[in-house]
Amino acid sequence: MNIIERIRLSIFPGAHKPAEEQKGQRKYFRSLLLHFRPRVVPERTLRFSLTWGLGGMAAVLVFLLFGTGLMLKFVYEPFPDRAYDSILHLQQNIPFGQLIRNIHHWSANGLLVIAFLHFLRVFFTGAFVAPRQFNWIIGLALFAAVILSNFTGYLLPWDQLAFWAITISSSMLEYIPGVGTWLQESVLGGPELGPTTISNFYAIHTAVLPALLLLIMPFHFWRIRKANGLVIPRLPDEETETLGEKVNTIPNLIVREVAVALVLLAVILVISMLFNAPLAAKANPGLSPNPTKAPWYFMGIQEMLLHFHPVFSLFIIPLMLVFGLLCIPYINYQSETAGVWFCSNRGRRMALIAVLTSIAATVTGILADELIIGSVLTGPPDIISSGLVPIVIVLAGCIGFYIFMKKRFGAANNEAVQTLFILLATAFLVLTIIGIWFRGTGMRLMWPW
Amino acid sequence: MTNPHPQNNNPEKESASSRRSLLTKLWVLLGIVALAELIGIVFAFLKPNPKKSSAADRAAIIVAGPVDTFQPGTVTAFVRGKFYLVRLEDGGFLALSRSCTHLGCTVPWVAKENKFICPCHSSEFDIRGEVISPPAPRALDLYQIIIENNVLKVDTNKRKKRSEFTAGQITYPKKT
Ligand code: HEM
Ligand code: HEM
Ligand code: FES
Repeated sequence: MNIIERIRLSIFPGAHKPAEEQKGQRKYFRSLLLHFRPRVVPERTLRFSLTWGLGGMAAVLVFLLFGTGLMLKFVYEPFPDRAYDSILHLQQNIPFGQLIRNIHHWSANGLLVIAFLHFLRVFFTGAFVAPRQFNWIIGLALFAAVILSNFTGYLLPWDQLAFWAITISSSMLEYIPGVGTWLQESVLGGPELGPTTISNFYAIHTAVLPALLLLIMPFHFWRIRKANGLVIPRLPDEETETLGEKVNTIPNLIVREVAVALVLLAVILVISMLFNAPLAAKANPGLSPNPTKAPWYFMGIQEMLLHFHPVFSLFIIPLMLVFGLLCIPYINYQSETAGVWFCSNRGRRMALIAVLTSIAATVTGILADELIIGSVLTGPPDIISSGLVPIVIVLAGCIGFYIFMKKRFGAANNEAVQTLFILLATAFLVLTIIGIWFRGTGMRLMWPW
Repeated sequence: MTNPHPQNNNPEKESASSRRSLLTKLWVLLGIVALAELIGIVFAFLKPNPKKSSAADRAAIIVAGPVDTFQPGTVTAFVRGKFYLVRLEDGGFLALSRSCTHLGCTVPWVAKENKFICPCHSSEFDIRGEVISPPAPRALDLYQIIIENNVLKVDTNKRKKRSEFTAGQITYPKKT
């Protein structure tokens, strides 16, 4: 046997065996492919209209971010006086440097959108009730890690965009009662952005959070397997029992996953070739650009900040929302709706009403506050008039809407909770959109064109 | 042999297992102590370091110059120290931080309008750092001023938050 053959055998010890036995070897390879997946899966869960491929896309983007991030690490230098120049060097002198940075940038932003859509699909197919309760919580942890990754990465190029966006966002921490100043100084490593900030963010971005993601993601996938796969999609009046017909994972599931992954890769590559990741002038602590905005995914919070007292918009409201999200899987639901999009036909009608109500109420609220009450530009923020009063109005509105919809439609609490969720999620989206496109110089309302 | 536990038919096993459970508890206790120490070390390691080197301490004291170089009613920017030195009409001094108290943008002094205007969300402050127009919730922070031999210095390590302007915050040079 020559040396090459011997090496080949040392890697694949079964390769010289008769063909009959080599099938066994193929099986090992297949079980590697299967990994966390069972050998067979329910046929119905393969439908694209259940998952929209979103969870798989999120996973692909995370791996893309790991690949490109590790490459960026070889060039990037985490020091205030060198970071910006190292990015310029990357873009101008390193072959494909700009492309790698673009892929990292667009994957990061895409991941936020995709993970959010995945979160919506999980909610609206009712895939969070037992036995999937805890996977909802794990998903929320993943989402938190993704947001923090985006936030810590945003600072690294150390340009005017990065510097002031992080200044503004980290100053928001200061308004948390009691621990605010301490928290802000711990994050920044001092009273303002400096060398410690960048080394903190770099360590968190390229070591702590990636390690966390690598731990939590397998946990997420393992829970899916423990729940016997995905929730089985069905029409509103179909029974649950008869739907479990199974097919082989290979090739049925694998082929679909690979197809989604390849299409996504192609899209990201095309976008990265056409659009460069933004890079403004080098950070200048003495000059704030006008307007200065937080990263786009915090724009909803920044918009709230213009209307509510900071203690409410930065602390109490987010706390209530997170608490609500954590509670969702543990509420006692009156009817069994897992697998049915939007619970039922009634749920769909209620959902539509909630979306329209929410858009109307949020836009009216913002315009009223801006044009009539004018809390944006007059009088110092006051805990009663700009905190307690508006929050009580908003809360009363939400509770009133919940009760009204439940009575009016004679709905189960599944549908009513979903309606409330849609009301709040839509309001958040409207705030974010207004913050991104409808705020100009001095944070005044304006048209985006 | 007298049996201390008459109802137990195997006294040795019983005492061995209670000894073992005591040991287990000790181990758990030791584990918790070790974990607490570990967490303490991590926190101490990551804490923002308040004790800078003495060189950095000296660098934090900025010598602004002789008192007479600053005309009453003027604002002088110190880029290195990140503050404004204000001399009020009555001859008193204030050293104002240039960070907006709203969300930390740098506020430029607009001499034409005689006020500080923040570019980010258009808060306005008067020459004493007092809020004229929100959303800023507090007056601009102050740094400590030291006047020795008629030379004015500003300690940029000592930053003081204040809710509003009071006369006591002004530093006056000694009358000569
Ligand atoms: C980086 C972020 C995430 C990744 C990579 C990820 C990945 C996945 C994948 C691959 C699946 C199975 C296929 C699919 O539904 O597309 C899945 C299912 C699931 N995910 Fe995620 N996910 C993420 C975030 C989230 C979030 C934010 C939530 C919700 C709070 C969540 C909750 C769930 C639940 C409950 C399931 C099971 C759904 C079912 O049984 O039908 N995940 N996830
Ligand atoms: C979920 C995972 C991740 C997300 C969401 C993410 C997000 C980001 C974002 C938004 C930026 C700013 C890029 C820009 O627009 O200028 C960035 C930069 C960077 N990231 Fe990541 N990242 C992730 C994972 C990683 C990993 C695993 C590494 C390396 C181990 C890494 C290393 C870097 C480096 C070195 C930069 C600076 C270069 C630049 O700004 O272009 N990232 N990241
Ligand atoms: S940071 Fe100055 S007004 Fe917002």
